[in-house]
Amino acid sequence: MAERSFKKEVEHLRIGAGETFRGEGILAITKALLENGVGYVGGYQGAPISHLMDVLADAEDLMAELGIRFEANASEAAAAAMLAASVHYPIRGAVTFKSTVGTNVASDALANLASGGVKGGALIIVGEDYGEGSSIMQERSHAFATKSQIWLLDPRPNLPSITDAVRHGFELSEASNTPVMLMVRIRCCHVHGSFEARDNVPPKLTVRDALKNPQRDTGRIVLPPASFLHEKEKVEKRWPAAVDYIRKHRLNEHFGPKESRVGIVLQGGMYNGVIRALQRLGLADVYGDSAVPLYVLNVTHPLLDDEVLDFCAGKDAVLVVEEGQPEYLEQALRAILHKAGATAKLAGKDVLPMAGEYTGRVMLEGLEAFMAAHAPDILPDRGRAPNTPAPVPDLTKVVPGRPPGFCTGCPERPIFAAMKLVEEEMGPHQISADIGCHLFSIMPPFEIGGTTMGYGLGPASNAAFDGGGERRPISILGDGGFWHNGLTSSIGNAVFNKSDGVTIVVDNYYSAATGGQDILSSRATNRTKATKHPIAEAVKGVGVTWVRQIDRTYDVGKMRETLRDALTTDHEGPKVIVASSECMLNRQRREKPLLAKAVQEGRRVERPKFGVDEEVCTGDHACMRLSGCPSLTLKMPDDPLRDDPVAHIDQTCVGCGNCGEVADAAVLCPSFYRADLVHNPGRFEKWWARWQTRAIDWLIARRASRRLAREVVR
Amino acid sequence: MTEVLPVQSAARDPRLDDLVKLAVMAVGGQGGGVLTNWIIDLAERNGYAAQATSVAGVAQRTGATIYYVEMLPEAARQPVFALSPAEGDVDILIAAEMMEAGRAIMRGFVTPDRTTLIASTHRALAVSEKVVPGTGLADAEAVQRAAEEAARAVVAFDMEAIAQGAGSVISASLFGALAGSGTLPFPVESYRETIRASGRGVEKSLAAFEAAREAAASRHRDPAPDPEPVAEEAEFVGPAPLLRDWEALGRRIAALPDPVRPLARAGLARVVDYQDVAYGAEYLDRLEALLAEDRAQDGAARGFDFTATAAKYLATAMAYDDILRVADLKTRAGRRERVAAEMRAGTGTLVQVTEYVHPGAAEVVSALPVRLGAYVEARPGLMRMLDRVVNRGRRMRTDRLSGFLPLYVAAGLRRRRRTLLRHGREMAHVDGWLDAARARLPLDYAHAVETLKIRRLVKGYSDTHARGLAKFDRVMSGAALVEGRADAADWTARLITAALKDPKGEALDGALRTIRSFTTAGEA
Repeated sequence: MAERSFKKEVEHLRIGAGETFRGEGILAITKALLENGVGYVGGYQGAPISHLMDVLADAEDLMAELGIRFEANASEAAAAAMLAASVHYPIRGAVTFKSTVGTNVASDALANLASGGVKGGALIIVGEDYGEGSSIMQERSHAFATKSQIWLLDPRPNLPSITDAVRHGFELSEASNTPVMLMVRIRCCHVHGSFEARDNVPPKLTVRDALKNPQRDTGRIVLPPASFLHEKEKVEKRWPAAVDYIRKHRLNEHFGPKESRVGIVLQGGMYNGVIRALQRLGLADVYGDSAVPLYVLNVTHPLLDDEVLDFCAGKDAVLVVEEGQPEYLEQALRAILHKAGATAKLAGKDVLPMAGEYTGRVMLEGLEAFMAAHAPDILPDRGRAPNTPAPVPDLTKVVPGRPPGFCTGCPERPIFAAMKLVEEEMGPHQISADIGCHLFSIMPPFEIGGTTMGYGLGPASNAAFDGGGERRPISILGDGGFWHNGLTSSIGNAVFNKSDGVTIVVDNYYSAATGGQDILSSRATNRTKATKHPIAEAVKGVGVTWVRQIDRTYDVGKMRETLRDALTTDHEGPKVIVASSECMLNRQRREKPLLAKAVQEGRRVERPKFGVDEEVCTGDHACMRLSGCPSLTLKMPDDPLRDDPVAHIDQTCVGCGNCGEVADAAVLCPSFYRADLVHNPGRFEKWWARWQTRAIDWLIARRASRRLAREVVR
Repeated sequence: MTEVLPVQSAARDPRLDDLVKLAVMAVGGQGGGVLTNWIIDLAERNGYAAQATSVAGVAQRTGATIYYVEMLPEAARQPVFALSPAEGDVDILIAAEMMEAGRAIMRGFVTPDRTTLIASTHRALAVSEKVVPGTGLADAEAVQRAAEEAARAVVAFDMEAIAQGAGSVISASLFGALAGSGTLPFPVESYRETIRASGRGVEKSLAAFEAAREAAASRHRDPAPDPEPVAEEAEFVGPAPLLRDWEALGRRIAALPDPVRPLARAGLARVVDYQDVAYGAEYLDRLEALLAEDRAQDGAARGFDFTATAAKYLATAMAYDDILRVADLKTRAGRRERVAAEMRAGTGTLVQVTEYVHPGAAEVVSALPVRLGAYVEARPGLMRMLDRVVNRGRRMRTDRLSGFLPLYVAAGLRRRRRTLLRHGREMAHVDGWLDAARARLPLDYAHAVETLKIRRLVKGYSDTHARGLAKFDRVMSGAALVEGRADAADWTARLITAALKDPKGEALDGALRTIRSFTTAGEA
């Protein structure tokens, strides 16, 4: 069960011609796929296209009605490989994943796909995770497109443009026998807008029908001599075909006046940002009508030399707005102009920064600098304009950072609390982490783990240390990473190389970091996917003999014991601990409505929550240093004898137990208590509790009558 | 291909002034997405074209999240909206937490020419604020001051409290504050319609909405916090003769100088509650003796700072944290009701309370009579055996007699506390500490006061307590090194601050190294 359900929105995907579709960018993409006769779709989740995978999964019934096959692929490589169906068959296929990390994983399949070429339209929808909110290294997908010769679409970020790009993407792919990459940036995926819908179209040939009549063409297989022919075919046939299609269908757009001394060439994705900067400079109106000619590259690979030259003709200077580095487009445009002996000056990364996101301010300053240098006369006097930001009061020393961290009640928190306790006993270890929620362990308060080399590669990235030494290396792997790549590249690798290391597989029942999608080892029943395949069995299956399964990660004591065992045992070969507890976010989403309903219906329900005896807490905050839970916070007691704030648990506590377990295992302080609220208790239970209460009250009264005490204790 | 005629004049399009740019800065899990959807719905309801974007909200784990909305009165053509807020170009900034307001200011999203800042003044503490052994809380006042300077208008009050009071979430009260701020040209009723149309928790959302709307409309501000928490007069209960003794002690408090009295009153209440009236008398005896010395050094001119500081730290030192005290606090009258209230347990709901206690051999021995305790402690074999027996985590259900009784009995040991091993040690420690401070009083009044404050470092149980004691000793040694210098008090204060920075005392080590570098003592 994914974090966000699109069941309701997916119903809108059924609307047809004449109706207006309203919604998010990712939904629009899905609708466009259905309108363009796609035969199969697949992908691997990851921001910013996680929700696209969720939409597709929720739309599975609708797609089945149209004869469309949907796969939640095991990895981006598997997703890209699925496009092989379009090599020999005239079937349109689309896959989606996060880029550039997903494209890295998929690049082997993509290169093979691009070499042989495709018969049916093959669309790779990449979520470009660049700039604010990104969780990965800052690189560009552009390089993959140029190196493998895949056409790259970068449409303007509005719903009509994205949906057009899907349609043209398929047609361009078929016209040039080349796979097409459709790039959507983070905010574009989540932009709310509308477009005119068309009817959904079932695929001309379904994958099911194709199976009845298998086809093959050796000329499409990447093996000599065909592979040498492919390279020639790419430049001699497919490239010109693509250029023809792009020109004929005017995929790149022109805005603004035809004649001007200056102009701007921009990636489609940069359009809204450029317009906003022009608006602020007084060079565009609210609808985007620009006083400066714009050449919008909705296709950033290939470039059309003649279109470029036409645009630059008669202009003194042209600005290239291209986000990220290296400046592939600027280099290419320079080469085109140079070859043709054109005289227009090209500006780009000289007035705009080489690296980093093109935010509102960057764009404004860059465009202003360009205009000031090359067309100062058309620039209105901005000296009098009021929107120059005033100096900002300096709060850098005041405002604390708020890095991402584990959610309230996260089952991974106690694992790292246990690791920290072990490190306090045995000293620091070489620790490598993986991709996933568990990576937040590198942040305060845990500050555990040194490297992250790729999805499923946590243990593999400790391989150099696997020969053993004074202290064993520890690696961490999430369940998502385990099934993505980890079982073979990390666990199998460790078995084969007789690793001495310790691996902790953090199993939270979902691919949690990407939004709680089901995976092989999920414990949920999934109607269309096979779940409940235990990780421990898979680990044993590839030859690990020292395997420990922990079924409640909140047992910090046991976690610590097991880890200590793994680090000290004389067992040879890799030591694997599978630490399993359900992702609390998903668990709450699943259980909360059920519990509320049970309480309403009068059934007995127990709900745990933690609390702190304020006067027992001494304000040392040792518990915080083993937790970082959002619900475990501080408050200043109303007591003049106190200097420091005391622990306090707020209403968002889900009673996971970490506070108590940690206080116990680390021998901290006895100020925590757990209160189990019993809703609708049974009759005997009530009677028994009443009796106990009476006895306790008698004891309390007895003591109170013999001593002096404050009336109110906190 | 779209060919458009050139814009004739290079003047700013006046319609841009109708464009509303609104950003929401929230902490993951605060419902920023819900609020954004409401704002979009509100805009469309009022005939505006609107666009919202966000960096994918994936709940709590992503830390701070920004949502961005632009809107313009609808016309035949679709306007071009930006996808992210730009510095110096935001009309309304909604911050769902005070430090997020600070972050917005830092990022340049709040400017005096255009921005209305709507901020909830409550705090969701960052991890870095919570892990500090002392006080690491960020200065919300500084953000408040910066907000007044940076924004065109500020609407700031505790919107989280309003939401909780209405049983709703903060998105509802933020929406109310937006309505009350009057920055959007929409009728209030259309806000309400938006909430009703969303269909979930409508009544509670509306209640939070109205309360926040009124507060914002009247530009309500949080009441100013008390600069110094004033000790409430502690109400004591007990048998009449003991209460009379207590009142007698109160008369001694009345005789103390003004600056000392509030802390002495709180301190007295603490130690009497901790032990008994006689212990309170002992506290006052010590305090009065210190006061006499303070007077002799012309303490009156310094507001009796020495005695006032002693009143505070002597009370916490005498009411040291031990098993008996914990057991006492957990078996008091009123605790069950307090827990039930804290948990918001409704009537008919049973509250089962589990305590997490983990006594070690050292703690058990410290609760033995002096000679027996010392005997066991001197024998490592015996200690190990005892540790094996007692040292494990215990879960005690104190809503049941079986779990309540052991704690009740432990609390009862209070009457014999003075004969126990721990008590003797604590009193010796108190004496040593006070002697050191008193010795400095004639030489350097300020340094003597700081010496008293070092006691702040001793707190907690078991390892935490041991760590605190070790820090205390190190700071005391540092204070001795700087004795006689004009800046001795400053240095000692700095050492205390450093000791509270991190658990291991790395900052303290650094500060001590600095001190050794300029004192002749070398590696003391």
